[in-house]
Amino acid sequence: MLEIQDLKVVYSNGVEALSGVNLQLKPGGICGIIGPNGAGKTTFVKGILGLVPSYGKVRFKGKPLSHWAKQTAYVEQKRNLDLDFPINVFHCVLLGTYPKLGFFKRPGAKEKEAARKAIEQVGLVGLEDRQIGELSGGQFQRVLIARTIVQDADLIFLDEPFVGVDINSEAIIINLLKQLAQEGKTIFMVHHDLSKVQRYFEKVILINKTVIAYGETKEVYTKENLTKTFNVFDNPLFT
Amino acid sequence: MGEALHTFINDLIEYPFLQQALSISLILGIACGMVGCFIVLRGLALMGDAISHAVLPGVALSYILNISYFFGAVVFGIMAALGISFVQHHSKIKVDSAIGIVFSAFLALGILMVTKIQSAINLNNILFGNVLTITPSDRILTIVVAIIVIAAIFLFFKELQLSTFDPVMAETSGLSVKLINYMLMLLLTLITVVSLQTVGVILVVSLLITPASTAFLLTKSLKSMLWVSALIGAASAAIGLFFSVTYNLPSGVVIVLTATIIFLTVFLLHPKTGLLWQFLTKSRSKIA
Repeated sequence: MLEIQDLKVVYSNGVEALSGVNLQLKPGGICGIIGPNGAGKTTFVKGILGLVPSYGKVRFKGKPLSHWAKQTAYVEQKRNLDLDFPINVFHCVLLGTYPKLGFFKRPGAKEKEAARKAIEQVGLVGLEDRQIGELSGGQFQRVLIARTIVQDADLIFLDEPFVGVDINSEAIIINLLKQLAQEGKTIFMVHHDLSKVQRYFEKVILINKTVIAYGETKEVYTKENLTKTFNVFDNPLFT
Repeated sequence: MGEALHTFINDLIEYPFLQQALSISLILGIACGMVGCFIVLRGLALMGDAISHAVLPGVALSYILNISYFFGAVVFGIMAALGISFVQHHSKIKVDSAIGIVFSAFLALGILMVTKIQSAINLNNILFGNVLTITPSDRILTIVVAIIVIAAIFLFFKELQLSTFDPVMAETSGLSVKLINYMLMLLLTLITVVSLQTVGVILVVSLLITPASTAFLLTKSLKSMLWVSALIGAASAAIGLFFSVTYNLPSGVVIVLTATIIFLTVFLLHPKTGLLWQFLTKSRSKIA
């Protein structure tokens, strides 16, 4: 169980990005984080992970999330990474083994094998030596997914993994994520394409500055809740 | 040129001070080249510049207190690094302005101190470096510091790589990115301070940035970037020293210009990305 108590994130300029978040998230499955632009979806994830200054408590299996750092993977929006960085596909995937290696230890045969297997799973065999800047958006996103697979974390957070990604890559990624969820991983994904919500997610969290609704997609993803989340009257154009 | 090289090698065999100057230049070229890779990849070139300028008051103070210049310089280098991040985090001032404010203030203070205390410090040597006047104790210090810096990069390669490429993943998976940043700043300060005598305050940033940038153009992995940068750093130092001794020129200036020539050669002639080839293909396609 991932428990979130009174989570609040305030920007440095004093504006509240998110407040009053209280959730008891059940483990397993893929959960979509849905909301309009500027609703605080990314901030929600970063607040949970402690990447932005936040108030409140986040506990997983009864312990603070910082205790589970090695069991936590976060794939942020890929545009935040430097594509000119001197690293190829293989070594980028291999980075996923670093957290569990500890200081002074180099990745060995076991880690390299895991990286190779993950590259095969995302369908990038033959591109191991490509510098990451020479990949398409979809290929690079698959590299990041392979890295996440190698990390072997129980909690996985993804921020808009399908932005700038081709249909083929998107299909490969969602199938792999579904497979990971079946193996017992808990996955959260910030997502904006409403047309695919029912197909991709068993559960959803609807967010707009606070949590509007959380639950099974078929129960919570209703017209009423969506109207509340994407309230047109919140739009400055209508006021 | 062949004759000059011959004389240089003969001098090298004959004069221990020249051997020492060469060994120091080589090890500094290697260490600066390696630290420089992380400085270049993290976009911290200005930070290196700031720290190198900011150590000057420390050098003057060390002279007044009659202690090794090293300690004063390191303290002021660290103060500058902390001062910059303090100004940046406690106001809306952007990092390049914070760097500009802090380093010029420290440099001005340093020049004031050096000129007013009528010391035996030769401002020219601090500003531009002279590897031939290095004392035996400073030589040992330089070698020890350079070895520590190189060893730290080897030992923490994984952490430095991950936190440079993807600090967010590093942070979420439990690595203290802040701690790694502080370590890198410390390594940067240490190597800058011991490089002062060789290349001087003004030019040390070049030894950090130019070989690493050249290697960045040439390589596709961080490991090879580190090796190539170290090699270019060492080569620049050795070639620079040769010209410095042969034509009686300040060592720092010549080392920096050598590194720059290597950079320009790669920048223009690199088989894939070289500016010259790009220009030629463009004009050829125009003609066609």
